[in-house]
Amino acid sequence: MAVFDLILGLLLVILVRKCLSITDMFGAVISFMAFGLLMAVAWVRLEAPDIALAEAAIGSGLTGALLFSTLGRLPHSETRQPLVPRGSGSGPGYWLVTGFWWAAAMVLIATFVFSFQELQTPGLGGPLQERLAESGVLNPVTAVLLNFRSLDTLMEIAVLLAAVVVAWSMGYVDWPARQTIPSPLLPGVVRLLTPVFLLVAFSLLWRGSHAPGGAFPGGAVLAASGILLLLSGMTVQISPRGMSWLRWVLSAGLLVFVLAGVSLMAAGFGFLVYPEQWAGNLILLIEASAGVSIGAMLLALYVGGEPDMAPSQPNNPVSRPQ
Amino acid sequence: MSSATDMFGAALAVVGVLFFLAGTLGLLRFPDIYTRIHALTKADNLGLGLICLGAAVQSGSLMTALKLLLIWILVLVAAATGASLIAQTAHGRGIPPWTRQE
Repeated sequence: MAVFDLILGLLLVILVRKCLSITDMFGAVISFMAFGLLMAVAWVRLEAPDIALAEAAIGSGLTGALLFSTLGRLPHSETRQPLVPRGSGSGPGYWLVTGFWWAAAMVLIATFVFSFQELQTPGLGGPLQERLAESGVLNPVTAVLLNFRSLDTLMEIAVLLAAVVVAWSMGYVDWPARQTIPSPLLPGVVRLLTPVFLLVAFSLLWRGSHAPGGAFPGGAVLAASGILLLLSGMTVQISPRGMSWLRWVLSAGLLVFVLAGVSLMAAGFGFLVYPEQWAGNLILLIEASAGVSIGAMLLALYVGGEPDMAPSQPNNPVSRPQ
Repeated sequence: MSSATDMFGAALAVVGVLFFLAGTLGLLRFPDIYTRIHALTKADNLGLGLICLGAAVQSGSLMTALKLLLIWILVLVAAATGASLIAQTAHGRGIPPWTRQE
């Protein structure tokens, strides 16, 4: 297995190098996605299936879709242009910077290797296992994400929501989007697979309490299903009322999280300090709303802007850029 | 007995890897996009099927075997759809299929 790990590590370094040095954007995106997939394998080898799931679903799959949709929006000539003008990559400035980073990386690796003996193998695993019973869930990763360090997860969801807000503030996208469907095969297969996607997404959400899974992989699978539906030409007419619902769905994860924290504070426990007997149900509630919201937010990021509704909207004074 | 099933599962996986190798060789060596897709999709689907079968034999549990079967079927559907879409897009863009030079 050591040989396999060595090859895997080498391939990861080679892919990063290729991703950063390749001169056309399409190739860079492909290298990045390949890197994400191999990274997921690396996480499996490190016995971290939760991170592997998240890496495969978000790092490789959804980020790949985001990058491809960005490429699709660029003018065709731009995606094939070399990113770096030829001639850079030489000269004293380049070597100074590269040398600095190489030296820094070497020092870091040396420090890491020397401190390796002192590093206790399980890290915080021992204390976590001791207190797992009071967290309300059986999966230690979920216990950390949604109980012991739930503030971090709250902030992650807030960052994602902020990204959607920024994307929407940049402008409108045509809605319903006009897709050219290359063949009837895609809509047919998507129709067949959508129930499977939904089943997997909610199973991942539900499994989060006792096995690898949880809100982020579940939300990513939901978003992937939405992206496939959009690609296969499924369009939904969004009414103004639907739009306000959509806003609630997008912010539900953060809202439920903050509300839970604040009401716990009002009950005298402290922000997001769950009392032991409610912890399991609270985590399930927060995780379910967060999962649906994460799916909606990732899909909104893929769409890339606020859906432009029918122009028959007299009470909207915002002028629409073309 | 158990070591015999282990060996059988490992042998199936090795044969599956050989199919992957053949598919990759086709991807690298075949002359145009259509033949490459042909080599890759066919060989890899069979290779994955054999690896899944090998893993199922080694696991010795019906539940795991059924899950592996489901994985194989889903990959089959996805790969066939993807290959067909790529080929149709290439054809739609007017990329001519390779023919032997006279």
